[in-house]
Amino acid sequence: MLATQTSITDKELKKLIEAAILVNDKPLSLTQIKQLLLINYNVKHRRITAIIAELQSDYQERGIHLVEVASGFRFQAINELSEALTVLSQEKAPKFSRAMLETLALIAYKQPITRGEIEDIRGVAVSSHITKTLLERQWIKTVGHKDVPGRPVLYATTKEFLDYFSLSSLTQLPELMEMPEIMTT
Amino acid sequence: MNKTSSITIDRGEMQQQVLPFALIRGEAFLEKPQDLFIPPDALEIILESFEGPLDLLLYLIRKQKFDILDLPIAPITVQYMSYVELMKNVKLELAAEYLVMAAILAEIKSRLLLPKQHVDDEEIDPRAELVRRLQEYEIMKNAAQSLDELPRVERDTQLAQASFPENFHLKIPAAEVELSELVAALQTVFKRNQAFTHHHIAKESLSTRERMSDILARLNKLQEDSFMNFVDLFQVNEGRNGVVVTFLAILELLKESLIECIQASRLGQINVRLKVLT
Repeated sequence: MLATQTSITDKELKKLIEAAILVNDKPLSLTQIKQLLLINYNVKHRRITAIIAELQSDYQERGIHLVEVASGFRFQAINELSEALTVLSQEKAPKFSRAMLETLALIAYKQPITRGEIEDIRGVAVSSHITKTLLERQWIKTVGHKDVPGRPVLYATTKEFLDYFSLSSLTQLPELMEMPEIMTT
Repeated sequence: MNKTSSITIDRGEMQQQVLPFALIRGEAFLEKPQDLFIPPDALEIILESFEGPLDLLLYLIRKQKFDILDLPIAPITVQYMSYVELMKNVKLELAAEYLVMAAILAEIKSRLLLPKQHVDDEEIDPRAELVRRLQEYEIMKNAAQSLDELPRVERDTQLAQASFPENFHLKIPAAEVELSELVAALQTVFKRNQAFTHHHIAKESLSTRERMSDILARLNKLQEDSFMNFVDLFQVNEGRNGVVVTFLAILELLKESLIECIQASRLGQINVRLKVLT
């Protein structure tokens, strides 16, 4: 079946994509742009990415940037302004406990990982409160069960986790520190 | 490596002291750094901030700049135990993990004291496992810190958003459907259904019985003592149904002992012929 596919100029396309990313309350992915926003237009994948790249360079000198995070594209204020802008927000940003951060770091770097493995490395029990909070925030998810006695749940991080830290993939996580080798003498 | 040079306990020289301390394991330096770096009053304040025994041990090691690869177990154990005692005194809820670690330290210490029986044996350092765990924990502790430093939404990253203009109407499909629309929809389904049946071309149903006769007739035409290849009985252009009917017919004929199938060799060609009545 032939759909009625209207053509669109680059200028119009740019406006449309810019507006769509701005009004969407979550990052907008390429797939969403192509299959939802531009469903009635015949626009190639490559053309969309080119337009987005153009938009990104347009915003280079501005107070907001168009950035790509794990689940798509979003506009955000440039980092240099973040301190000046905090006066606008009423709520104080939540501070995360060391226990929570260490648990999250372990899941991010060693996923998929079980609660037992986290406890082995940290040397203390992981409180269920922490995993519950991380699950509620949708930063971690269960991805299956480890094939060992008890079949414990395996945890992994989500796209929302990457979005929150403005990362587009796990490879962008800070590098782990190097450790001197244990010598066997 | 000179013993006398490092006896003075001076903050400026501490760093230099550390290296010879670890190398020669001089007993003279065991007590002093302890007093110097961990004032007992400070203990209570920081006690609650530890994330477990590994964290506490790391703190002790790093504070005194011990070489983690050549851990002086004896002083570490003494210090560790004093912390644990203190936790008991201030009635902090002492997690079992702390006691487990105390036991591990004691075990390592006692192993180190045991005389080595075979010098040539490549004995594993009793401290190795603890050191490995400490290192692994330190890596993750560090990773957690750098994770905390990453810019993040809510704290550092401000998301930019525009809203739709006020008189903008989002085209959202109406959720409510009138009954008449449902009936109309049903009618179109019926119509399509009718159209379907109307245009349905009934396939001539193939009769097994008829096919049986066909096969018998074809086999009859053959000369005596000659065969027909099993495969040749099928007409490919009849499709799957035809093949099934033919096969059923053959089975039926076999059952009624009207034909027989002969195979000259294993996996060879199957030949079909009329059953010779004897």
